[in-house]
Amino acid sequence: MCKDKTVVKVGIADLKIVTPPDVIRTSGLGSCVGVVIYDSIKKVAGLAHVLLPDSKSTKQENFNRHKYADTAVSILINELLVNGGRRFALKAKLAGGAQMFQFTSSSDSIRIGARNIEAVRNQLNEFHIPIVSSDVGGNVGRTIEFDPITCQLKVRKINQEEIYI
Amino acid sequence: MDYMKLSSMQLDVLREIGNIGAGNAATSMSKLIDRQIDMQVPSVRIVSFDEMMDLIGGPEELIVAMLFRIKGDAASTVYFILSIEEAENLIQKITQDNNFSLSADENTNEIAISALQELGNIVTGSYLSALSDFTGVNMQPSVPYLSIDMAGAILTAGLLEISQVSDYAIIIDTSISSGLNERIHGHFFLAPEPKSLDKLFDALGINDHV
Repeated sequence: MCKDKTVVKVGIADLKIVTPPDVIRTSGLGSCVGVVIYDSIKKVAGLAHVLLPDSKSTKQENFNRHKYADTAVSILINELLVNGGRRFALKAKLAGGAQMFQFTSSSDSIRIGARNIEAVRNQLNEFHIPIVSSDVGGNVGRTIEFDPITCQLKVRKINQEEIYI
Repeated sequence: MDYMKLSSMQLDVLREIGNIGAGNAATSMSKLIDRQIDMQVPSVRIVSFDEMMDLIGGPEELIVAMLFRIKGDAASTVYFILSIEEAENLIQKITQDNNFSLSADENTNEIAISALQELGNIVTGSYLSALSDFTGVNMQPSVPYLSIDMAGAILTAGLLEISQVSDYAIIIDTSISSGLNERIHGHFFLAPEPKSLDKLFDALGINDHV
């Protein structure tokens, strides 16, 4: 079987699953966090682009559950299990959560990046999923791409060398 | 207010708001760099967050953006967006240094960055004061935040408040550009928070109260 490799793109507040030979990518992470969860033996991976930390703060009745860290992580895990991932084998990699602007106001948007990271970490802890590596914080945007075969997460930043974590 | 339920009259008013703001901004920019500045007819778009990134070339596009948060009755976010090339062009005009380059190295010319920030401040300031005069609504802009990075990373920073209440943003998009052979071309994005729309329409006496 010879299928062409395609790049599965994940938008803002979106979540998708990928299997080889495809790779999965999300672009322009700022304060958002890209969470990759994968099973390295079964070669299945999922990526969620989380925008906000806590769904309790929503003012919508029917909100997009992929938008918030506390709801997206559990959906991502379920999707992986449905697609052949094994609960005990799941591992995670994270990127994003930057602070793009030093806002001085007292609103919620302060430290949103840091709060996103914290919320995602809490969720992963709760499901006992180890975080293998992460590239978070700072004040730069990131584009990330994960290959379920190599289980490497490629992180690209403006004016910097690409790194693999 | 549900973005999808806006009447065509209300959309027209938002377009006019963009028109007045950007018209004023174009005038002050024209004075600043001593060139003629043209502006396009504004468009009002209701877009998902992904679509918003696509308006300026996708989430990974490298942009120079100035962001202002507006407090007061009409809480919103204003962006003044330039491409790297356009920003360099502008800085070269203002500082009269034709070799200036933003991407050259990390210790970029402080004066140039400061000039760019000041330009953004003046131009966006005139955009907002025109808006405030027209609507009679109290607007308090923050200091300008300048960033040079991926569009997705920068634009979402201004969407956080909106994203708590909606999966869409309403964008009043106006472009300004200088003469044909000089490529300076900027975008103004005004993204009002949903509750601010009611305030704006009330102030202008066209709220339907559906």
